[in-house]
Amino acid sequence: MTFEMTEMPKAKNLRHRRTTRLWHWTNALCLLVLIMSGLTIFNAHPRLYWGEYGAVGDYAWAAVGSSETLGYVRLGETKIETTGFIGNWRDSDGKIQTWAFPGWATLPSYYSLAEGRRWHFFFAWIFSVGLAFFMVRSFSNRHVQRDLHIVRAEWRPSHIWEDVNNHMRMRFHVPDAVNIYNILQKLSYVGVIFVLLPLMIFTGLAMSPAMDANWPLLTDMFGGRQSARSIHFIGMFLLLVFFIVHMVTLLLAGPFKQTWAMISGGKREGASDA
Amino acid sequence: MRRLLTRRSLITSAALGAGGLLSGCDALSRSPGFQDILASAEDANFLVQRALGDRMELASEYTIADLSPKFRANGTRDPGTPDYTASAAQGFADWQLRLTGLFTKPQNFSLSALQSMPQRTQITRHDCVEGWSAIGQWTGVPLKFLLDLAQLQDKAKFLVFHCADRLSGRPYYESIDLLDAFHPQTIMAHRLNGEAVQVENGAPLRLRVERQLGYKHAKYVTGIEAVARLDNIGSGKGGYWEDVADYEWYAGI
Repeated sequence: MTFEMTEMPKAKNLRHRRTTRLWHWTNALCLLVLIMSGLTIFNAHPRLYWGEYGAVGDYAWAAVGSSETLGYVRLGETKIETTGFIGNWRDSDGKIQTWAFPGWATLPSYYSLAEGRRWHFFFAWIFSVGLAFFMVRSFSNRHVQRDLHIVRAEWRPSHIWEDVNNHMRMRFHVPDAVNIYNILQKLSYVGVIFVLLPLMIFTGLAMSPAMDANWPLLTDMFGGRQSARSIHFIGMFLLLVFFIVHMVTLLLAGPFKQTWAMISGGKREGASDA
Repeated sequence: MRRLLTRRSLITSAALGAGGLLSGCDALSRSPGFQDILASAEDANFLVQRALGDRMELASEYTIADLSPKFRANGTRDPGTPDYTASAAQGFADWQLRLTGLFTKPQNFSLSALQSMPQRTQITRHDCVEGWSAIGQWTGVPLKFLLDLAQLQDKAKFLVFHCADRLSGRPYYESIDLLDAFHPQTIMAHRLNGEAVQVENGAPLRLRVERQLGYKHAKYVTGIEAVARLDNIGSGKGGYWEDVADYEWYAGI
């Protein structure tokens, strides 16, 4: 007796390879935990400086102001009132809290610097090892060379501009080539995976006093510990922007189909089932 | 038109979901077992940071031009006890640093004795666990010099620093291992930026252990105790903040 097997599509016919999918979801969880626990850590001292030193009394280029009646964010000389959200917000019991970021955005939701740091460093290890593994694997399985490599023609300003226009008109793919990443996609994926995410690791390490002794160059290349802390925070903000754009394009491109493809692997258009 | 998912219900369920997730994470965060798992990453930090490079590598040193305009004080600003206040009134002339515990030759040093010993001056960056930094010039006697005089017994594995200040009713203390104890930049500092250390910064004697975060740099030090283990001191975690707030004993990151 023979069985009719529903064959799994071969790896090369999948839209997303197993390494990509595994890393994508591990990374998504890590970033969620890292951002939320990072905001807990930020709440301990909600001021950002440039240079090596910076403390209360020194000029902060960005700071959160808090009082029982008012919350605001100061950027340079510009004050933006954020009462109800940042610097002055109500917790789940309706009590006013004056920590910078509100409980729903931090991990844990109450203030504990020690717990925030533990969450942060634990997931930082998973994140870093996962990213390193994904990078190596993506070169060895030719994901980078095949899907993310930007060829010279794509660097032409006219080509980039055309793609920007297509995005503005909600046209994300050449209709018969949905598997091929367009230039904006390539730029954002390459920028996030090979620039922004490693930058987060290195600016994070640059804040460590022991790393400063081991690898002083690390802190120096960012212009000091407080600069590294500022860049770490700006990098987090850019990751949030990436996440929002990622979600908007997902919604526009068909959230269920796209999400399922990132879980199951999906099928490359035009690939045969056998 | 059927609307299975109204915007309101979507927002409500998203909020409930997020709330459930958050309280779930809080429950995890409060559970000691889960804390131990999370804290295991700190052991990895310790092992990796100690394995990288020369174990006696120096922390960055700076120039006078790099000094913070004012060296920020945190934690205790003034111990305020009668003994401390009386000692401060006479410029700490009667201050004693007691070396006790697992030393072959336990002994006491007066402040003036410490000042007449070989000194090291270093301009270093003080990194607080909260995230801020301050650069200051510290002068003091290398801890190694005192340890060579008092001679550690073989059983000694840690040094505990006893302090004159109390926070929330508990005496402040800190501890380091012998690798940091013998590090060339580990000094018992009595001068900051060319003047006697101010009360708010730990007068008259403060530990500098430059490769770790600020809470390790015990202020108002009255005694150094050599011990084999830390679990029978304070609440057993090796320091005031470690005991009361679960800060890590190893504060290299």
